[in-house]
Amino acid sequence: MDKMADLISLLATPTWETLYMVFFSTLFATAIGFPLGVVLTVTEKGGILEKESVYRVLDGIVNICRSFPFIILMIVLFPLSRLVVGTTIGTTASIVPLSIAAAPFVARVVESALREVDGGLVEAAASTGAHPVVIIFKVLIPEALPSLVLGETLTVINIIGYSAMAGAIGGGGLGDLAVRYGFHRFQTDVLIAAVIVIIVMVQAIQGAGNALARRVSH
Amino acid sequence: MIEIRNVKKTFRAGNGEFEALKGVSLSIEPGEIFGIIGLSGAGKSTLLRALNRLEEPDSGEVILGGTDVTTLGARDLRRLRRNVGMIFQQFNLLSSRTVFKNVAFPLEVGGWPKKDIAPRVMEMLELVGLSDKAQSFPSQLSGGQKQRVGIARALANKPSVLLSDEATSALDPKTTQSILSLLEDINRSMGITIVLVTHEMGVIRQICHRVAVLEAGRVVECGKVRDVFMKPVSSTARELLSHLPRRGYDVSQLPTERGKPVVLFSFNGDTAGQPVISRAIKKTGAEINILSGEIDNLPSSRVGSLTVQFAGTEREITEALSYIRSQNVVTEVIWNG
Repeated sequence: MDKMADLISLLATPTWETLYMVFFSTLFATAIGFPLGVVLTVTEKGGILEKESVYRVLDGIVNICRSFPFIILMIVLFPLSRLVVGTTIGTTASIVPLSIAAAPFVARVVESALREVDGGLVEAAASTGAHPVVIIFKVLIPEALPSLVLGETLTVINIIGYSAMAGAIGGGGLGDLAVRYGFHRFQTDVLIAAVIVIIVMVQAIQGAGNALARRVSH
Repeated sequence: MIEIRNVKKTFRAGNGEFEALKGVSLSIEPGEIFGIIGLSGAGKSTLLRALNRLEEPDSGEVILGGTDVTTLGARDLRRLRRNVGMIFQQFNLLSSRTVFKNVAFPLEVGGWPKKDIAPRVMEMLELVGLSDKAQSFPSQLSGGQKQRVGIARALANKPSVLLSDEATSALDPKTTQSILSLLEDINRSMGITIVLVTHEMGVIRQICHRVAVLEAGRVVECGKVRDVFMKPVSSTARELLSHLPRRGYDVSQLPTERGKPVVLFSFNGDTAGQPVISRAIKKTGAEINILSGEIDNLPSSRVGSLTVQFAGTEREITEALSYIRSQNVVTEVIWNG
């Protein structure tokens, strides 16, 4: 029984750290990635604000960011972390590379969700004299909402995966716990417990995402 | 009044080029239902979509409400589009919005005051007979109901022109009838000009006043529906007409007796009411035996067709025929052995 209590107290802080990192990283990644995805969609060929030069530049940036292995990105972004949060290590500092790593992912998820919206709907809206910005907010985004919710769910789960590496820069979290105890100290029970918490988290998020997506689709 | 002058449009894809419109000119009167018909690929949808510039013409003019649409800037084009409603083959309703909110869309776009939107939407839904479906989502509606919502949406902003792009092509025959009747009612009660594109002659016959036949990006025939039905000039028109349920005669069923020619008469509105046949019989002494016939009710007039067999002397028959021709009846000798 004691062992169980120990395990739980051992898990408490890393669980909280993971939730903290994932929540804020998702928030910032979406804040950057969502508008980027929208701009990519409307500026691409045949888009409602077609602008090939803009599309090419953004498309290139997104591809470059997505090519970086996360572990390298964390180090490369030290100067940015210092600028934003004043330090390069720790849980809060990890949010910076996590957000930057996930933002281009969000952009692609948003781009593909919006691209799925039937061109006929955009055309029908345009035929009523709607401004492209109105079409974005009243047609593209609402019509893509179920896909966007599922894409966001995917993003959160991805960030949980990335956050396991945050231990490398002192970010803590469940992944870090599993590596330190399970790998370095051969305490397999801690490793298994950490993985179980992560599995429960992912299941809960996916379940909630699916339910929400169903709710918003008519 | 819509004036289309020498509109051209070429699509380029990869190395290939496709001339969809090769210089089309048409004029459409205010308040009429004007049909554009053609086989697929003839350019009819491209032409329709050039009217509100969903398709950008390469050259030519489209005068709508006194202004050349092709010269408008983005802002003026959006203003013009508010005055031109449009309905589509696939309905194109927003699945994320209720029926009510779909009809409200053009009003939101048009900057209507909030308090005026709800009454206008309900008025429109009443017009199309869907007041009870206001809170339904499009996925809960049948095809015909969806198109009614499409019509309500297209008319909400009080446009003076309605463009219909194959609006009934995805519907079954019975629903097609009801949608066409609705369009006809709207045309009559609101005086709105309707320009409709279709590949079905039946649609043209039921509600159009005038029709243009498009063939490979050119207008090959244009006129009153009655005239095109009676004397189709272009091969496209003939082909499209042949898809209609067979009218007049069936060649294999005709009696073929020597000296008794079989003739098809086509009557238009003016002659359909006259006792042309009985007068011809009295005047010439020829016998005229009616084999089959029917009368179509077109919106602008009645068109009749009659298949008859003549008997009598050659002179009597010739005189009877020339008399009937002189009464503005179009005659076509189907068999003369």
